[in-house]
Amino acid sequence: MDNDKTTGSPCSCASKSNTIAFINRTQSPVCELRTITSNITLNDRLDHFLARWGVSRMGHIVKPGLYKLGNPTADSPVFVSANYTMSFDAVRCALAGTDCYILVLDTKGINVWCAAGKGTFGTDELVQRIAWSGLSGIINHRTLILPQLGAPGISAHEVQRRSGFRVEYGPVRASDLPKYLKTRKATPEMRLVQFSLKDRFVLTPVEFVHVALPTLVAAIILYFLAGPFASLAAITAVLAGTVLFPVLLPFIPTHDLSTKGLILGVIAAIPFSISFAIYSVMPLRVNVLASLVPLLIMPAVTAYLALNFTGCTTFTSRTGVKKEIYRYVPVIALMAGSGILILVLLGVIRLMEVI
Amino acid sequence: MFDSYLENTLLYYPEKCINCMRCTQVCPHGVFAEGKEHAELMQPAACMECGACVRNCPVQAIEVQSGVGCAGAMIRAALRGKDMDSGECGCGGETGSCCK
Repeated sequence: MDNDKTTGSPCSCASKSNTIAFINRTQSPVCELRTITSNITLNDRLDHFLARWGVSRMGHIVKPGLYKLGNPTADSPVFVSANYTMSFDAVRCALAGTDCYILVLDTKGINVWCAAGKGTFGTDELVQRIAWSGLSGIINHRTLILPQLGAPGISAHEVQRRSGFRVEYGPVRASDLPKYLKTRKATPEMRLVQFSLKDRFVLTPVEFVHVALPTLVAAIILYFLAGPFASLAAITAVLAGTVLFPVLLPFIPTHDLSTKGLILGVIAAIPFSISFAIYSVMPLRVNVLASLVPLLIMPAVTAYLALNFTGCTTFTSRTGVKKEIYRYVPVIALMAGSGILILVLLGVIRLMEVI
Repeated sequence: MFDSYLENTLLYYPEKCINCMRCTQVCPHGVFAEGKEHAELMQPAACMECGACVRNCPVQAIEVQSGVGCAGAMIRAALRGKDMDSGECGCGGETGSCCK
């Protein structure tokens, strides 16, 4: 990022906003105006890539404060964003050719929507950041354009009352900003959040990375206990839950994420189940037991990962997720438990045969 | 087959509404739409309980028990013996998993 400080801006932070207690805050420098361009450099792209892979999750941070893009005047629009590099970069990239200011809130390196849910992209932070940045002394108007997804954390009327600034909610996606700026009105389409194939696909690396270590451990243990095929089954179940599931989400029948995961898990388990039944040297009755194991454990793993994906979707309500937990976690636990029990039993049978 | 998402905690009191249209601007699922005298509740089942409408309604005409619908966070809270609703979504920490 190329945010070199050009002006040490003599902004009068204390102007007007005397209702805000920022006396004890000694963030230095309190209010410097940074300059930014719309260029997304190779370095920025690398940063986005690493963020997508979950590398240094909280380290993708932009300095909070006021930025100017192009050559803004006192009448130029002011946009508000989060201090997560991907959020900020989406805004500055979409605003290429627009002279404006971008006010970056301190959301601890978290995107706008999640930060709004946590309250860090919130009324208090916005009101304080307006004061610290000395925005009132820099611009003539009193309007801020906020991302629509910041709304769960922001109370527009409270911001107006406390800071004098009117909040205008822009579109959900930064890429719609140029279109929005023409009329200063978002179309109903711009107001709707989506969860496209691309949106879902970009989440898969971090989904997988989060469970990679336990998966590796399980795969190694299974390799020594039950052979390479069992090890492959573990990896398949996890890949089905973290990569295939997000990608195929809308195409799997049923509404609940857990049942979708169960269906996907059963499909993934069938080849393993068949091969365990056919290629085993055990007697037939034992083979039937062995073929049950993947059918019990793999869907349980996939369904649990699917249930956890609720936090990433753009549509699941807390009430619904809670219902899913109560409904399916016992089923998932029962399946996994009985599967492991049979696995242990098979191990004992095998051991006794050796002896 | 079950659909856990048919019901939610969204409540709307149209008689309080002053038709400021904020809810239609902030809802990411088109739950509210422009009406003649007050905002119309169009598809309540699409509500994801994000709480944006409640926070931006100047006359408290909407109620919802908002929160992050993240199973991981709720299960972690339940395992620690805490209330499921108190579960902080883990995206603020290095080990967090919900928001990307």
